[in-house]
Amino acid sequence: MAEGLIGALFVFVLATLAGAEVINKVPPTLHTPLMSGSNAISGIAVIGAILVAGDRNLNLSAILGFIAIVFATINVVGGFLVTDRMLQMFKKKEVKA
Amino acid sequence: MSNFIPTGIELSYLVATALFFVGLKNLGSPATARKGNVIAAVGMFIAIVATLLNQGVLNYELILLGIVIGSVLGAIAAYKVEMTSMPQMVGLLNGLGGGASTLVAVAEFWRLLHSVETVSLDNTITMILSILIGGITLTGSFVAFAKLQELMSGSPITFPLQQPINVLLLIGFLVGSGYLLIAPKDPTVFLILTGISLLLGVLFVLPIGGADMPVVISLLNSFSGLAASAAGFVLMNNILIISGALVGASGIILTQIMCKGMNRTLSSVLFGAFGGGAKASGGG
Repeated sequence: MAEGLIGALFVFVLATLAGAEVINKVPPTLHTPLMSGSNAISGIAVIGAILVAGDRNLNLSAILGFIAIVFATINVVGGFLVTDRMLQMFKKKEVKA
Repeated sequence: MSNFIPTGIELSYLVATALFFVGLKNLGSPATARKGNVIAAVGMFIAIVATLLNQGVLNYELILLGIVIGSVLGAIAAYKVEMTSMPQMVGLLNGLGGGASTLVAVAEFWRLLHSVETVSLDNTITMILSILIGGITLTGSFVAFAKLQELMSGSPITFPLQQPINVLLLIGFLVGSGYLLIAPKDPTVFLILTGISLLLGVLFVLPIGGADMPVVISLLNSFSGLAASAAGFVLMNNILIISGALVGASGIILTQIMCKGMNRTLSSVLFGAFGGGAKASGGG
């Protein structure tokens, strides 16, 4: 195995352990917004999409990358906005109560 | 100067990754949730702008067009969706994210196929993982969306020989993967593997009842993180690997919390239709 892959595996495992520690004792009302917010973060695939679409030659790779950019951007923009809408609603409810 | 931009990009990625962790942490508590969402969004913005400065990125028109189209569609969807339809909306968005990761892997395969570069074993393994996880996320999320949106029956769908078919598909995937490790530049086998992954996503969610869909969407959300991480391994890009792992791990924890809230175990949610059928239909 290449050295680069080992380094990447270190990064992956440490990030996984950190990610598992970030979430604990979440109240049920926050389940959906939290899912939605972390889902928007997984739209980070947009970075990969930009990198593969960046090639000057307009070949199939660039076109697939373009579609991937559209998908991932919908995921990112839609995800963060939807999460904000949900959280906004909770706040109003709390004020009324 | 030549080192300035790449270093700047890496440092921006570091800042963005840190913001993702802080944002997610804040999202977990009611008082700070909204702030957390904004922090994560700022991180994403920084990451995207930094990537656009990459010297390998040349097709600006195409990329900006993609970002504009995606932003407009995403914003329209986010404002039009009914509050009661939020879980399926997240499912739909999640499927698109998984689809993007799959497309990145396919695009990279295509690039390698038409270049003189030899495809290393590492490359092949990461691309196979990427299309498998991403493909399952894509179609699985769409089926979950269809079930919640009542575009199809929400009750568990089973058919004869379902399990043998699943096993056969998995064996087929393993055999195909093994072949690709020996002959990495075979587009037909690669496309067959992609097809099997997409099919597995459908077959995975079909036997699960509509009441359990939120848990399934949460699990698929975790998958979409892992798919992004796998795409990060394909491109050897740290921010994809870290953010993907973050979503993958936190998503699994959240899924478990949700299961506990419903007094179910994850395995009874996923495989209930096969084993204790009565239990599964009564759940949720």
